[in-house]
Amino acid sequence: METKDKELLRGGQFLVKETKCEDVFTPEDFSEEQKMMKEAVMEFNEREIIAHKARFEAKDFAFTEEVMRKAGELGFLGVAVPEAYGGLDMGFVSTLLVCDYISSGTGSFSTAFGAHTGIGTMPITLYGTEEQKQKYVPKLATGEWFGAYCLTEPGAGSDANSGKTTATLSEDGKSYKINGQKMWISNAGFCRLMIVFARIENDKNITGFIVEYDKDNPNGITLGEEEHKLGIRASSTRQVFFNDTVVPVENMLAGRGEGFKIAMNALNVGRIKLAGACLDSQRRILTTAVQYANERKQFNTPIADFGAIKYKLAEMAASAYAGESATYRAAKNIEDRIALRVAAGNSHQEAELKGVEEYAIECSILKVAVSEDVQNCADEGIQIFGGMGFSEETPMEAAWRDARIARIYEGTNEINRMLSVGMLVKKAMKGHVDLLGPATKVQEELMGIPSFETPDYSELFSEEKEMIAKLKKVFLMVAGAAVQKFGPDLEEHQQLLIAASDILIEIYMAESAILRTEKNAKRFGEDAQAVQIAMAKLYLYNAVSIVEKNGKESIISFAEGDEQRMLLMGLKRFVKYTNYPDIVDLRIAIAEKVKAENKYCF
Amino acid sequence: MKILVCISHVPDTTSKINFTEGDTKFDTTGVQFVINPNDEFGLTRAMWFKEKQGASVDVVNVGGPETEPTLRKALAIGADAAIRVNTAATDGFAVAQQLAKVVQDGGYDLVIAGRESIDYNGGMVPGMLAGLIKANFVTNCISLEVEGTNVKAVREIDGGKETVSTSLPLVIGGQKGLVEESDLRIPNMRGIMMARQKPLKVVEPVDANTETASVKFEKPAPKGAIKLIDPDNVEELVNLLHNEAKVI
Ligand SMILES: Cc1cc2nc3c(=O)[nH]c(=O)nc-3n(C[C@H](O)[C@H](O)[C@H](O)COP(=O)(O)OP(=O)(O)OC[C@H]3O[C@@H](n4cnc5c(N)ncnc54)[C@H](O)[C@@H]3O)c2cc1C
Repeated sequence: METKDKELLRGGQFLVKETKCEDVFTPEDFSEEQKMMKEAVMEFNEREIIAHKARFEAKDFAFTEEVMRKAGELGFLGVAVPEAYGGLDMGFVSTLLVCDYISSGTGSFSTAFGAHTGIGTMPITLYGTEEQKQKYVPKLATGEWFGAYCLTEPGAGSDANSGKTTATLSEDGKSYKINGQKMWISNAGFCRLMIVFARIENDKNITGFIVEYDKDNPNGITLGEEEHKLGIRASSTRQVFFNDTVVPVENMLAGRGEGFKIAMNALNVGRIKLAGACLDSQRRILTTAVQYANERKQFNTPIADFGAIKYKLAEMAASAYAGESATYRAAKNIEDRIALRVAAGNSHQEAELKGVEEYAIECSILKVAVSEDVQNCADEGIQIFGGMGFSEETPMEAAWRDARIARIYEGTNEINRMLSVGMLVKKAMKGHVDLLGPATKVQEELMGIPSFETPDYSELFSEEKEMIAKLKKVFLMVAGAAVQKFGPDLEEHQQLLIAASDILIEIYMAESAILRTEKNAKRFGEDAQAVQIAMAKLYLYNAVSIVEKNGKESIISFAEGDEQRMLLMGLKRFVKYTNYPDIVDLRIAIAEKVKAENKYCF
Repeated sequence: MKILVCISHVPDTTSKINFTEGDTKFDTTGVQFVINPNDEFGLTRAMWFKEKQGASVDVVNVGGPETEPTLRKALAIGADAAIRVNTAATDGFAVAQQLAKVVQDGGYDLVIAGRESIDYNGGMVPGMLAGLIKANFVTNCISLEVEGTNVKAVREIDGGKETVSTSLPLVIGGQKGLVEESDLRIPNMRGIMMARQKPLKVVEPVDANTETASVKFEKPAPKGAIKLIDPDNVEELVNLLHNEAKVI
């Protein structure tokens, strides 16, 4: 089936256009081949990773490398790489599926895998010259070489473009000498290739280089000791020092001063993949937790039968479900956008770059939402295990420690929150997403008299879909008023940006869960989807209260008097259900299913 | 050497077992299906013959279209072609008759089946098949070597092993030992992609007699509640073992 350009939503447009459930991709839409891939990856995860969990926790870095090689032998490292460079070119959804199901064993492996296949390989496949790709990508795609990505420096973290590492052209013009210090470099200990960002003279922007690293011939490169980290203990994280490291000019990536762009685009892909990489951890945490809760008895009762524990199981399941729904929805949008561009005559490279860039907003949203969901899940997982959860003997404490990093790397969640809203405002200004029209309509609606008709809510999700439409109005109302008030200075009002981004995130996640469920209910019947319907409703209910809180705080902060009253009244109208769902009942229904299946079963 | 590996499509061992239609039918809702483990050991051994000695490996299943993902997995692991005999696998004799036709049409030298499938545990198919096609037969087979048409096989017997010599054509009922668990292959990504292009032929069944029919299935009785007795109270323990459990 061909997707036409105009049918396919652009990045950020979900906010102002209605998406039909038929148009979202769901995990239930995996092809037979994708299901087989999923099973193969799960088997690998069980056999090669989970079975050796203790070695990872004992900081066995060499073992991480060994398992990475095995992943290479099975083709897992080349899934996203074009066939011309030794990969399998399997499409974005398949790529994401591998990231997802390979990640739940330990964050140590998942980080090594993500850093290598994402930021370690993608800059070359996306920006490399033909020669660079021929020379390096096949080695990376098979796992003969591993890659690392050297952007962060002691003085340049979130402010990535401020790095002090320099690249100086030699007198004969044939090579650059790189000098400087990089920090927190994943895979540093076993990489054979580094993507290094450095500044040439006083350029405004940094430049990217492909730097080979051969331990026997280090070319001025030295590594710091392994960092002692809270989690992902067997992921190699070291400082990297460059002392007159000679890099031939032909190893420059893209052009001079293009490094910041490369860094940012590599991170877009990295972010959605990181979201994928949190999903199976979440499933596994829930499964482990419910198995324990079914076994563990207190007061002669399995603790899974206590309402307090059911509450947790239900919330954990609903957030994992929403995370899956949103991640695969966006992944398929990216895949379709790439296909469109290829069909329009773009090179694969160009198409992929633009395809992912188009959905950078969604990538940031997902990174933030799913990294926080997995952390919350792990936290509740520990709580369900009680004292045992705090012990190294059960998997919960490692899951919790490993989850923590996802909120920090690939752009901290604060940076990603602000980026998501910032990028959306920019898209609106460029005319790619019309926010002004819909925002004006909301303003008019606020002035008008609300309708007192009671709509017909008998159809599945009719009220929920109306709620989503109303939450979108909250965003337009709050962000619209804030943009009007502060103009370009909005950037300075971070609390406001973060509040707006929380609203945006909740809308995307809740809408994705609803659309997935609606699509499946149409195919498989509402009875078969009863628990999924409950999860979508529960997620939305929680989203509404987050939206309300953030909306309220924002409005109070920037509006006064009559305007404030009008906006608050609007907010109240937009977060009001006609028929409130019985959330307690929904949680019980979800928990009972998870208990009966003794696992995350959706 | 032309090898045919018989592949059963069975519920994963962690599946919840339930029955429907008045306990006469296995309830497949929500059940994950896999290659029968005994068959997977056989398939892995067949791959060894293919790679080390040169052989073609086809896989066959008697069943409906729902079993095709299992056959595709076998193709992804490395089998050359798959055949599905389009009929429900009713009883062992019926399945053996269908397989006999496939073996005769394909002219296979070696048929590797599992010694039993882990769903209904009939364990009859390989023996009946050997009878129908007049081939030699070794079951509970834990090691298999072929040279020309000469075969050396090892069988597991109660508390020990028996080495037998025989010749092709041969049917074996294989099990763990043919290869070990750690030898089982995870299909690699390229194999999965290639599986799509490999032939999966659907053939219509021959007339076959079904000699048995399931009347009823029963699950084992649920475990009773556990009684905890204070270690100091030996008298009570003896009393309960004698009067309630009636074991002493
Ligand atoms: C285990 C691990 C592995 C890593 N792997 C790699 C790797 O492979 N390659 C690589 O290049 N880097 C890597 N990093 C670095 C990582 O990307 C950075 O740590 C991250 O970008 C944050 O930078 P920072 O640590 O300097 O924190 P800072 O930038 O100092 O941030 C500290 C806090 O201030 C906030 N903050 C910063 N700027 C702003 C702002 N403008 N507005 C509001 N809040 C702000 C942040 O959100 C954060 O809460 C890794 C880090 C870790 C811990």
